[in-house]
Amino acid sequence: MEFLLEVSLVGLAIGGVYALIAVGYSLVYRTTRVVNFAHGNMMMFGAYFFFTFAALLELHWSISIILTLLCAAFFGAGIERLLIRPMLGRPAISIVMVTVGLASILHGGAQMIWSAEDFFMPQIFPDAPLVFDGMYIPSNTAYGFLVAVSAIIILVLVFRFTRSGIAMRATAGDQIAASTMGINVPSMFSLTWIYASLTSALAGIVVGSITTLNPSMGIIGLSVLAVVILGGLDSIFGAILAGLIVGWIEAVTGFYIGAAFKDVVPFIVLLGILILRPYGLFGTPEIERL
Amino acid sequence: MSTVLEVNNIQVVYQHTVQALRGLSLSIPKGSIVTMLGANGSGKTTTLKAISGLLHLENGDITSGNIQFFGKDTRGTPPHKLVRKGLFHVMEGRRVFEELSVESNLIAATYADKEYKKNERLEEVYSYFPRLEERRRQSAGYLSGGEQQMLAIGRALIAKPKVMLLDEPSLGLAPILVNEIFEAIKRINAENGVSILLVEQNAALAFSVANYGYIIEHGRVALDGTIDKLSQNTDVQEFYLGIEKHGKSRSFKDVKHYRRRKRWLS
Ligand SMILES: Nc1ncnc2c1ncn2[C@@H]1O[C@H](COP(=O)(O)OP(=O)(O)O)[C@@H](O)[C@H]1O
Ligand SMILES: [Mg+2]
Repeated sequence: MEFLLEVSLVGLAIGGVYALIAVGYSLVYRTTRVVNFAHGNMMMFGAYFFFTFAALLELHWSISIILTLLCAAFFGAGIERLLIRPMLGRPAISIVMVTVGLASILHGGAQMIWSAEDFFMPQIFPDAPLVFDGMYIPSNTAYGFLVAVSAIIILVLVFRFTRSGIAMRATAGDQIAASTMGINVPSMFSLTWIYASLTSALAGIVVGSITTLNPSMGIIGLSVLAVVILGGLDSIFGAILAGLIVGWIEAVTGFYIGAAFKDVVPFIVLLGILILRPYGLFGTPEIERL
Repeated sequence: MSTVLEVNNIQVVYQHTVQALRGLSLSIPKGSIVTMLGANGSGKTTTLKAISGLLHLENGDITSGNIQFFGKDTRGTPPHKLVRKGLFHVMEGRRVFEELSVESNLIAATYADKEYKKNERLEEVYSYFPRLEERRRQSAGYLSGGEQQMLAIGRALIAKPKVMLLDEPSLGLAPILVNEIFEAIKRINAENGVSILLVEQNAALAFSVANYGYIIEHGRVALDGTIDKLSQNTDVQEFYLGIEKHGKSRSFKDVKHYRRRKRWLS
């Protein structure tokens, strides 16, 4: 019992990073109705961008982060423009297959560019673990959590209060009505993919710091996708909460039952919840007209 | 008087198969309110979509004829650019962004106006519709139908349009709100100088604000004229205004469709 609190804390911290990945799925789904199976590997690319700037080119970490975000923005915009937009209006399954194909191209590409070896991320956070009331949280996990939470908060504020955030939400709500407001709907698609790509790159840097860097690290995206479906694909709030819950469940089962079960449990929980609530925990709350 | 919008003999086909308009023409003089009447499925909404460019988003095509907005052909201009040039389409069914607050709905519409001044525009909308100000922080999905229609027209006002296309603004609303909305429409026309193309089911209501009217049947103009002339036409009286020759009143819904068609096509 003594460990439960400590394990929970670490689990929730990792859950915060999952939430950041989850938000990316949700953003893209809400505006373009695309389930992006390549999201995990876009995250992996973000991690390698940072690795390239900070470790291979030995730039300062702050400059490396800025350059990584720039690359991620172009990366997201490029994928949307070249692969996704020409597919819009086609059956959902074709678009999903495009993202599955993209995922394996990115996986193979990363192996060719950076090899299949494991690398360590350059240390960006302070070394000392954080101590709360005698409980230890590893430094990278703790600071990674703070980065993820800050990014999510910024994102939510942008969506709620800026003009372009409102335009993106309007587009997510009703594309045709949005275009009658003078909103350029395709450019909102680009913007959404750019935001998703930025969040995935940040998450990649954090995940790479907590674990190690390799071309298969994108797999984590699939567990998170399970999580996002759990929250309801179209609910940002649901994605955040589900990220936290699964981080916690993973950590607790990993500690008490064994690491082998850690990756399976989220899917078992997912199945259980989908049987009870087919639209996810918070999906599609259609407002009734008065 | 100069013409702001001209529709010249357009034919519209949906999905390459369904013909919705068969050579329809109309024009809107500057500063006027023009109304379009017609039975369900006669092509009123299609005409508005052809004008605002939404047709292409719904697999529809203008196969012949053209549309001139201030003398310029609108073909090939995407809807969001037409809006920015001053052509605002208030769609059937209001289409508010339900998850957004009332104020966010209005802010979304500022995309239509390049040099917008946020507070000034919002104040003008709230002066037209004080109810919207009371509810500015509420989700638009929780508004009543009438308030949603106010919001839909409010979004158009934000855009400072030159021409407003209104698709059945009274549909399904309580009479008291219908009055408020039609007062606003008159004011928008008189005070802001916006030319309006108004599609309505309620002919008496439309006649109370419009200067000129078109009656549409099967994708064509069956009859047009000034409101004075139209209201003296016995067919219009019988089938749209619900007045019988003997002065008795009845709904045009009771009249069999084929009788109506036969009269106007003969
Ligand atoms: N998206 C569409 N696809 C195919 N046919 C359509 C579409 N929209 C309208 N139509 C057809 O075009 C005709 C005119 O419809 P519409 O313009 O909506 O009429 P109104 O607004 O006068 O009721 C109808 O026969 C309708 O079935
Ligand atoms: Mg209609």
